[in-house]
Formats: sequence, structure tokens, C-alpha cells
Amino acid sequence: MESHGNHRQNRGLTAIDAVSALLAILLVVQVWLLSATLDEYLAGHAETVLPGAIVSGILCAACLGMYGFVLRVDRDARPRV
Amino acid sequence: MPDESKPLWRDEFSVLKADERYVNRRQMAKFLVLGSLGMFVGNVWILVRSWLRKPAAYARSVVAHAGEIPVGGVKLFQYPTQGEQCIMVRTAAETYVAYSQKCTHLSCAVFYSRENDRLECPCHQGYFSVRDGSVLQGPPTRPLPRVVLERSGNDLIAIKMEPGA
Repeated sequence: MESHGNHRQNRGLTAIDAVSALLAILLVVQVWLLSATLDEYLAGHAETVLPGAIVSGILCAACLGMYGFVLRVDRDARPRV
Repeated sequence: MPDESKPLWRDEFSVLKADERYVNRRQMAKFLVLGSLGMFVGNVWILVRSWLRKPAAYARSVVAHAGEIPVGGVKLFQYPTQGEQCIMVRTAAETYVAYSQKCTHLSCAVFYSRENDRLECPCHQGYFSVRDGSVLQGPPTRPLPRVVLERSGNDLIAIKMEPGA
């Protein structure tokens, strides 16, 4: 019984680690996107600003969705006191 | 459903060692998501700034007279306002080009190198094409803003600034 609980906890931790890695990758992409958009805006090319904001919003929504997944896994797999 | 019998602090301050691994990972994920939210806010801020920005109005200003500078020569002038230094180069008998003198990297003043036929920033060796102000080499990523010139008789008139090519 205890071994089954440990197995579930380890699976939960692995899932959270995987999602955290994905979150980190998306964050790096967003940092690049912000810097590229700012650079273009300062160069006077405002046409890239709207697509940049839309893509950043999509990435942010994906991050929030994955965070919701982390919370769910955390709630399901965390050991009960 | 949150567990009503469990105090709120238990979520963030674990009592059990096994619990702590979850709290650490969850906080890390929260930190990453907040970073992502911050990047999105930054993009939205740029978008709002670009929507609110009014197109600049430029005055026409006589900045030089034809023949005043020799071929390969340079004249400095201020446009569109006092204190905004620009550089004009006569690249051929009938060709004049002018750019903002402020390097797009860290705002050092660029100068014209006749030997290399390019605009050079002495601070970090950023080089710009004298033909269109584009970056040839160095840390600047943006071209020099161009001053649009118009010739009227013997006068060279600056009519507006344009972002670089």
C-alpha cells in the first residue's frame, strides 16, 4: 500500500518536473520575443508589435494552463497528512 | 476542492519531508508562470505605447547649401530640434545623405570615415553603411535613423526623419 503511494508520488514529481522544464523553455522564448519586439519597436517598425503581443499572450496562456496541471497533480499526488 | 480542515499555511510550509519536494517544485512553477506573465505584460505595454504614439510632426529646415561641403566632406547640424545632432555626408557630386549622429547601440556620436566609406562609432566599433544607414558590423542591431533631404535650388532642406532601412 505504502509502495503504491510512493510510486504515485514519484510519478507526480516527474510530471511536475517535466512541466517545469516546458515552462522554462516557454519563458525563454517569451524573453526573446519581448526583446525582439522592443528592438523592432524602437527601430520604428511598429507592425511587429501586435503579433508579438498575441504570441506572447498565447504562450502565457499555455504557461497558466500548465500551472493548473501542476496544481492538479500536486493535489492528487501529494502525501496526505 | 480545498481541504477546509487544513490551515492555509500548510500549503506553502511543509511539515513532512516528502511534502517539501512538492512545495519546492510548485513554487518554482509559480515563479516561472509569473515570469511568463511579466513578459506578456511587457509586450502589451509596448503595444499600448505604439497605439498611443502620435506621428511626429517635422518642420522643414534648411540645413546646408549645395556646394558648401566638398565631395567626401561632412557637415553637422541639429534636426528636428536643437540638441539632436545629425551628420550630413556628400557622397558624390550631387548626392547628399544625412543621419542621426546618435549610435543606436549606446548613443555615442558616429563619425564619417572617408577611408572606409562608412559611419563609425568609436565607442564599440559599430559600423554603419553611409548609403542607407544599415548596420555593417558591431553591437548595434538597429540602423541609423535617416534624415530625408529635399533640394530646393541651392538649399538642402531636411523635411523629416525616417527609421533606418
